Amino acid sequence: MSTISLIIKREYLSRVRKKSFIIMTILGPVLMAAIFVVPVLIASYNHEDIQHIKVVDESRLFSGKLTGSETMVFDFDTTSIQQAKATFSGEKYDALLYIPGNVLHNTNSVMLFSAKQPNLNLVTAIEKSLQQEIEDMKLQARGIDRTTLTEIKTKVSVNTRKLTEQGGEELSSAGLSTAVGMIGGVLVYMFIFLYGAQVMRGVIEEKTNRIVEVIISSVRPFQLMMGKIIGIALVGLTQFILWIVLTLTLSSVASTVFFDKEAIKEQMVHRATPMGTAVDDGNNADFGNGEITEIMSAVDSVNFPLLIGAFLFYFVGGYLLYGALFAAIGAAVDNETETQQFMLPITIPLILSFIVAQTIIQNPDSPIGFWFSIIPLTSPVVMMVRLPFGVPVWEMALSMGLLVAGFILTTWLAGRIYRTGILMYGKKTSWKELGKWLFYKE
Amino acid sequence: MTPEILSIRHVVKQYATHKALDDVTFDVPRGSVFGLLGPNGAGKTSLIRIINQITGPDNGEVLLNGERLRQNHIGKIGYLPEERGLYKKMEVGEQALYLAQLKGMPRQEAVVKLREWFDKFELKGWWRKKVDELSKGMQQKVQFIITVLHEPDLLILDEPFTGFDPINANLIKDELLRLRDKGTTIILSTHRMESVEELCSHIALINKSKKILDGAVKEIRKTFRSDKFEIEYKGNGIAFANALWAGYELLETSQQDDLIKAVVKRNGNQSTNELLSSLLPNVEVHSFREIIPSMNDIFIKLVQESNQQPVNTAEL
Repeated sequence: MSTISLIIKREYLSRVRKKSFIIMTILGPVLMAAIFVVPVLIASYNHEDIQHIKVVDESRLFSGKLTGSETMVFDFDTTSIQQAKATFSGEKYDALLYIPGNVLHNTNSVMLFSAKQPNLNLVTAIEKSLQQEIEDMKLQARGIDRTTLTEIKTKVSVNTRKLTEQGGEELSSAGLSTAVGMIGGVLVYMFIFLYGAQVMRGVIEEKTNRIVEVIISSVRPFQLMMGKIIGIALVGLTQFILWIVLTLTLSSVASTVFFDKEAIKEQMVHRATPMGTAVDDGNNADFGNGEITEIMSAVDSVNFPLLIGAFLFYFVGGYLLYGALFAAIGAAVDNETETQQFMLPITIPLILSFIVAQTIIQNPDSPIGFWFSIIPLTSPVVMMVRLPFGVPVWEMALSMGLLVAGFILTTWLAGRIYRTGILMYGKKTSWKELGKWLFYKE
Repeated sequence: MTPEILSIRHVVKQYATHKALDDVTFDVPRGSVFGLLGPNGAGKTSLIRIINQITGPDNGEVLLNGERLRQNHIGKIGYLPEERGLYKKMEVGEQALYLAQLKGMPRQEAVVKLREWFDKFELKGWWRKKVDELSKGMQQKVQFIITVLHEPDLLILDEPFTGFDPINANLIKDELLRLRDKGTTIILSTHRMESVEELCSHIALINKSKKILDGAVKEIRKTFRSDKFEIEYKGNGIAFANALWAGYELLETSQQDDLIKAVVKRNGNQSTNELLSSLLPNVEVHSFREIIPSMNDIFIKLVQESNQQPVNTAEL
């Protein structure tokens, strides 16, 4: 086995066998699944919690009209508000709703009394119900009823099509492109930071352990550095793939165990429908379904092979570029606390690319978008964001070419700093010193 | 095969602000225990790193078995650096195998050899333990094993005895002598002169990036002897002084109980037998020995002398 593959093997195995790796690998998908599952779970548990509300309606307008919902039950009472407040603590009600006589003219005068702070959902639901009823009353006073109004309400949805060079039309979705682009960009950004920092820590570990001199009496410093960078890249890819596999399994298992598909759909419809607008249900469901099919066909139109290929390329290319720089920092310092001064210039372009990515989402073909997706320090994140919107081939080629050139350059630079730095103990390194190391003869 | 295993020829190493090695030349005889001596910062470690191909010389060359250093010479050299350590979270056995394989040893062979060494150094139960569970002394034993595991022709040890307790230091010393007897050449970089006198047959002394002395220890000590003798006797001090020939000069006398110790210096080239025969009738001689300067004395003397020489300002 060649020495570099020995190094890669050690770097890989020593990390993959660590407890923290195994925990993170399992925990990652669980957290991801939780993001999808928990809101649904919470929503389904909420049903059991019915709020009983006593209503004192001085206006006498709402009796019988305020119908409540699955989670809200209204009980009308004709006592005065003073008496209701006095007897409230002895009764089983969760809240006491007071509608004063002049509610139509002063809609801010409604009050809700309760022993505990009422939750926001309840307050919003009551507000919505009252609002609806008052609106209906006002409409009727002007001779319009709700069915007429529903018929008048109009929903316009613009369908986007990309005109392809072949003259055909392609379904597209700006929303979907934004989502896919952002996810790709964020993943590349996270990967570079997480695993770049691991490269740095690995180098510092070897330096503080003082094992580095033993190793470089057997292998070239450059081999040790590259072995470490590649080994950790493989760790990252392994974790990433495991995450995807586990997330897919977990979420499919979760969705079959906890809910059947119908239940989920029902949930979605329910959440999309505001409380008390039961009349609109049919309409809304139609509209929801329409949008879902739209998204589905847009998903089909996304060029996934290109996206995945580009993702892997920028994922690995960006990591190699920054990984080398992180390795150089690790070699230049004696312990992690000293890394600060050198970390800043590396993290700034990364963070900048992330910030720029959010404006590029609005306008993918702006000059900023172009330049940031060409410059190797920012292109891995920014190009991932731009890609789903379509990028000319020559721009892709230029960006990829420059990224390759960029990581060759940073690796070369880092190699020179690394081989000097790893043998310097107990010396605080300055930028000036780093510059000198670049020009040392071997 | 060349009589010298290693040949350092006019080696120069220049760092940005100082010269670490300035035209250093010497040979290391095959099968010797070679002491590379010098005060801190003299350039020893720089030279050792060049021999290990960690860095390269700016000028001059290093020959191993008469050939210029090449990448595949790495397997012939074993190196225990002064700044040494191990991966703390890695298992002892796995780590030793890894480092042996980096030296080009096949894994199977390394496993067999390593087991032998673990038996010998009483580390048997520690194969699967993490390094940070080992005591410092044990870690150093492991490091020593890793250095010699691939049976190098040339062993370079930088301050090998620091951090060892006397028992382990002896264990290592015995092992070094055994390796020497099997034909391994050992370069010992140290400033502990007692281990030099005990182990080294040859030395090179480096100070301020220049070699100031090299050769066989016996020869060096001979050239530095100052014709002084120490005589312990019982009897009359005046009788002793009178009995000294004109060719000898009494330098100092000290007395403990009734035993008198005198140091005399020979000023001519008379035989010591003549001195003894004139002393014997007058005092009772208990011991007689020539005072040969220790390596420590020679070291201090030479380093101080070379420090006093005018310093070339261009080198600063």
